[in-house]
Amino acid sequence: MKTSASVSRRGGTFWHRVKQQKVLILMTIPFLVHVFIFRYVPIWGWLMAFQEYWPGKGILQQTWVGLENFKLLFDDPVFYQVLRNTLAMSIIKLAMGTISSIALALMLNEVRRMWFKKTVQTISYLPHFISWVVAANLVRDALSTDGGIINKVLMDLRIIKEPIMFLGIPGLFWWIIGISHVWKEVGWGAIIYLAAIASIDPTLYESAMIDGAGRLKQMWYITLPSIRPTISVLLIMNMGWVLSAGFEQQYLLQNGRVIDYARVFTIYELDYGIKMMRYSFATAVGIFRSVVSLILVFSANQLAKRWGQERLV
Amino acid sequence: MNRVGRKTWEDWIIDAVIYLSLIFLVVVTLYPFLNTLAVSFNDAMDSSRGGITLWPRKFTLYNYQTLLTRSQIYHATLVSAARTVLSTVLGVFCTAMAAYIISRREFVLRRFVSFVYVLTMYIDGGLVPTYFLMRSLGLTNSFWVYVVPGLVSAFNLIVIRTYIAGLSDSYVESARIDGAGEFTIFLRIILPLCKPVLATIALFIAVDNWNAWFDTFLYNSANAQLSTLQYELMKVLQSANTMSGSLLQALSRAAAGTTNTVTPRAIRATMTIIVSVPIVIVYPFLQRYFVHGLTLGGIKE
Repeated sequence: MKTSASVSRRGGTFWHRVKQQKVLILMTIPFLVHVFIFRYVPIWGWLMAFQEYWPGKGILQQTWVGLENFKLLFDDPVFYQVLRNTLAMSIIKLAMGTISSIALALMLNEVRRMWFKKTVQTISYLPHFISWVVAANLVRDALSTDGGIINKVLMDLRIIKEPIMFLGIPGLFWWIIGISHVWKEVGWGAIIYLAAIASIDPTLYESAMIDGAGRLKQMWYITLPSIRPTISVLLIMNMGWVLSAGFEQQYLLQNGRVIDYARVFTIYELDYGIKMMRYSFATAVGIFRSVVSLILVFSANQLAKRWGQERLV
Repeated sequence: MNRVGRKTWEDWIIDAVIYLSLIFLVVVTLYPFLNTLAVSFNDAMDSSRGGITLWPRKFTLYNYQTLLTRSQIYHATLVSAARTVLSTVLGVFCTAMAAYIISRREFVLRRFVSFVYVLTMYIDGGLVPTYFLMRSLGLTNSFWVYVVPGLVSAFNLIVIRTYIAGLSDSYVESARIDGAGEFTIFLRIILPLCKPVLATIALFIAVDNWNAWFDTFLYNSANAQLSTLQYELMKVLQSANTMSGSLLQALSRAAAGTTNTVTPRAIRATMTIIVSVPIVIVYPFLQRYFVHGLTLGGIKE
């Protein structure tokens, strides 16, 4: 489209292009209407956070209360508990997920028997496609005191005498979330690192071998440094999502004993907002999460850009 | 690796560690599924004595018969299947069309439309405003809440756009010279060329829809006719500890008069298998597509 670029400097050509592209523009309209209704109209509903919302009245007929709901939020000790849980579980999941996926990619890369590599990979993707409802079922069974495999193995190895009720111990909950996250996503997460490893220049390995470097040294001095850009971009980008530690996983694995360590933002919105009919309060929680996430994601993006890496947006 | 002709002691140790670790991973990944499968085919009372590992001890199809003949489960399966098929077909078509539009470099609204979509990846209205919107649109207590709101996702849009950008312009140009309109170009040229990436996106959408339960919980929990399989399983999971769920109660009542019986554990295991089977069957065949599509689109959690 060199020609249109050169003429567009003169005035009037914009409308000429609009006319020329009227079919494309017509095709765009339904999409814009759809995304506007379903993704942008709810943001208009944020006004509720500044009101004392009563169902049955229109959004502009409500009583305005200013920042009252945010004051309630920041005065609520449960809010700080939720913030702590969310950050802790996000960071645990990010750290464990990244390390395990890189380790799996490094190991798969060393396997020369193709059928073995393919089989391991295919099996490792399976849990990613399974819903958290199913995964939570499996995790509960594995950890159960009533014949769960983990307790069974630990008892057979004489490490413990009595079965442990893992899901009832508050201090363990974050780690159960971390480990079950690794179980579900390690194979999927390794795909991107395997792709990065596959694009490493093979002559690097050849010259390392001439210098007498063994396989461990090659992994440490060539493979890992070569995929460092991928690792840092993924880490930075994921840092932007620390306020969305997931919701299904915590909601489905929690119980009354550990709820003080399991409660994340969406559970908080449900239990302390919607179920108590505090709609305005729940909206304020949602705004807090959304705005802070937005700031984090864009800072992460800028950071990645400054490091000279590819951005996501 | 045969980088060097002969294996050194270091190679032997590394290989041993790697193969053992990978076998450990396979066992840890598969065991919960195989154990659940064994429990689902085992007599429920017998299972509650414990000790079932990989193989049923007292084989029975009774758990499946009991569940699959429940109209509630049967109906939920139909709803799940319908939403998955509809969302996938419509979603792939619409996302591909939007991606084609914003992949046209000369299009005047290209940057604007892309920006409008990309922003939705970072901002959402939150639970309450979205719920009120769905209610005022008549999408609560409605099947269409499963299909319509999520028709085009920004992430999938970007993946397809990136793929189209990698295609040669010459196809589109020569079609235009032949007098083809935009819609014809999209249908006849772009869609067939995008098959690999569309297979990936279809898999993503289908899995997301099959696995979804939160939308049922939020919008349709009052209407049993619109319940989905995952939501039914979720309810069983939540009530398994207390044995208070309506389905569990109904099932144990139904079994009370017969010699056979079902337990919460057996119901959970059987439903888990019913819910997982379609995915286990489908995903291995699409593997080469999604591995490619994922590295193409960048990052998805």
